[in-house]
Amino acid sequence: MAVGEQEIINNGAMTRQRERRKQLVLLLSRIWAWVFLGIMIVFFIITVQLSSGGTVNFLTVRNSQNILVAITSVLLLGLGQTFVIIAAGIDLSVGWMMSLASVLSALAIRDSFNAGQPLFAAVVIGFLAAIAGAVVVGFFNGVIIAKLNVPAFIVTLGSSFIVRGIALLLSDNTTVIGLPPGVRDYGNNALLYWISGEGGGLYFLNRPDVSGEMLRRMDRILPYPVILTAVVVAIAIFLLRRTQFGRHTYAIGGNMEAAVRAGIPVDRHLIMLYILSASTAGIAGFLSTLRFTAGSAVIGDPLLLSSIAAVIIGGVSLFGGAGTVIGTVIGALIIAVLTTGLVMLNVQPFWQFIVVGFVVILAVLIDQSRDLIMGRMETTG
Amino acid sequence: MEPAMAESENNGQQGEPILRIRQLVKRFGGLVAVNKVDMDVYPGEVVGLVGDNAAGKSTLIKCVSGVYQPDGGEIYFEGRRVRFTRPMEARDAGIETIYQDLALAGNLSVSANIFLGREVKKRYLGGLIRTLDEDYMHAESQKVMDKFNIRIPDFSQEIETLSGGQRQAVAIARALYWRAKLMIMDEPTNNLGVVEQRQVLELIQELRQQGVPVILISHTLPDVFAVADRIVVLHRGFKVTEKKASETDSQEIVQYMVGALDDNRVLA
Ligand SMILES: Nc1ncnc2c1ncn2[C@@H]1O[C@H](COP(=O)(O)OP(=O)(O)O)[C@@H](O)[C@H]1O
Ligand SMILES: [Mg+2]
Repeated sequence: MAVGEQEIINNGAMTRQRERRKQLVLLLSRIWAWVFLGIMIVFFIITVQLSSGGTVNFLTVRNSQNILVAITSVLLLGLGQTFVIIAAGIDLSVGWMMSLASVLSALAIRDSFNAGQPLFAAVVIGFLAAIAGAVVVGFFNGVIIAKLNVPAFIVTLGSSFIVRGIALLLSDNTTVIGLPPGVRDYGNNALLYWISGEGGGLYFLNRPDVSGEMLRRMDRILPYPVILTAVVVAIAIFLLRRTQFGRHTYAIGGNMEAAVRAGIPVDRHLIMLYILSASTAGIAGFLSTLRFTAGSAVIGDPLLLSSIAAVIIGGVSLFGGAGTVIGTVIGALIIAVLTTGLVMLNVQPFWQFIVVGFVVILAVLIDQSRDLIMGRMETTG
Repeated sequence: MEPAMAESENNGQQGEPILRIRQLVKRFGGLVAVNKVDMDVYPGEVVGLVGDNAAGKSTLIKCVSGVYQPDGGEIYFEGRRVRFTRPMEARDAGIETIYQDLALAGNLSVSANIFLGREVKKRYLGGLIRTLDEDYMHAESQKVMDKFNIRIPDFSQEIETLSGGQRQAVAIARALYWRAKLMIMDEPTNNLGVVEQRQVLELIQELRQQGVPVILISHTLPDVFAVADRIVVLHRGFKVTEKKASETDSQEIVQYMVGALDDNRVLA
């Protein structure tokens, strides 16, 4: 008798039914975040209409673009974190890493521009400075975690203090200013411009030269930071789903022993993961420098917890082995929609923390009940 | 030591041993977990490696599979002296190990596990971009499953949704796919139901029929007697005997396992 055959013959029908139930539970746990996001948007469309007596619309081009701009930082911080947490690690240094990258890129742009580089070259140098800083910090984290076997929580907690100190030192405990004013175009211009109503229209790449009332009617669609973030998201999805790098990330988080025994270069992989995590934070810092035409040593830290919240709401398991990039995008969107919606309802902004907190806990509860149901089905079957 | 060694070199087997272990020593601090052990495995035979808890069975085979580096002695594989520094080197040489705690990633699919660490990739832009070739890996996994008569209902399923016996079968299929020349199984029937235990034993017999030698570590003597050609007994790191399965019985082996019998002592 073939291996596995006996079992199938014995309880084929039962197995199939159990399978179907399992699939249903799995499906629900996968799509709940989408459903939640949808319900939230509908909720805000209705309540914002009602509370403003029909004068304010939640679902406008401008609002959607505001939300997209608002999520770029949290999302970028969460992207690398998604990989790290899937591999059963954690990176607490990404907040201050973003700050350091903001300071480094601001200094690099300012100094290289002052040294005679053209604006575009200066911006590229700023980008490279942010990435270089990230590679150093990520390598430092990864080597200590992988080679010296110190828990990631402790290493990245420690390095976040180190990075914080360096960021504050480099910026002289203040904002790095004096960047060429043209920098703001890179951070704020958009792919499309839309002026609604009278004399308006759609403009591609070219920012229309308007002022006054028409300027107020102008919407930026897909600002450059959003586009760059979207590109990074696409690369992250590809990496995680389609490549060996992604496969090994899941394997390490699912069963570290198995990964080692299968010959996966686990140490090297972990180091690369922390470099990746620092790098997406570095990009976030670089983009914030472009947006504000200044480097800030305090911009990243407040976003750390939100970014981890986005990752968890998106369904990445803190125990490792499970999660997707799209999940993190949804998680970041949920937080941004919540924040924007509550502001538009004129609710005190502090409420957003309370709501986000409950959503994080809800997300974990849903994950756990899935595991529980799956586990129970396993043993009673 | 000498007599036991002499015996192992003249036990009526045909041809050259595929694996030859000589005077192997492995220490953990002051503890000598494996003490000057000799052991041979010949092509197409199943060797049962038995002994009480902490006898040194797992340590011995981990030295063979590259997990540990021995502190003394030699290992010859296919006639050549080998010194594996990593498990991957042993696997590349053709020594596959099925551990008691399955070395599978529960969150990955069957084919992802069979190709774990050796993923097949499609190349784009002259190899600049490489993606996983899921279709190929899936088809190859199916082939090896068919060849060894292993049935898994759904192939894209995550391993953790499979039964214990099915998981063990996947682990074995993985080893077979990579053309194992020697299969080491450390308590493969642990944590399995009765039916599944029997399935694993059937797989071991299937392996012998296909000419793949097996070292089977087990606590369960009936299992060992069901499939093994030869039985090696360890006790506190020493090899205390080595017998053909047809020339001994459970009772005698138990005596060796608990240290009541010891060929070294008798012959010393
Ligand atoms: N990595 C290790 N470090 C220290 N001691 C170990 C290690 N592995 C095994 N041992 C010890 O070596 C002895 C043999 O263990 P093991 O080979 O696992 O025995 P068995 O598999 O026969 O039950 C035991 O006393 C065990 O505690
Ligand atoms: Mg053992």
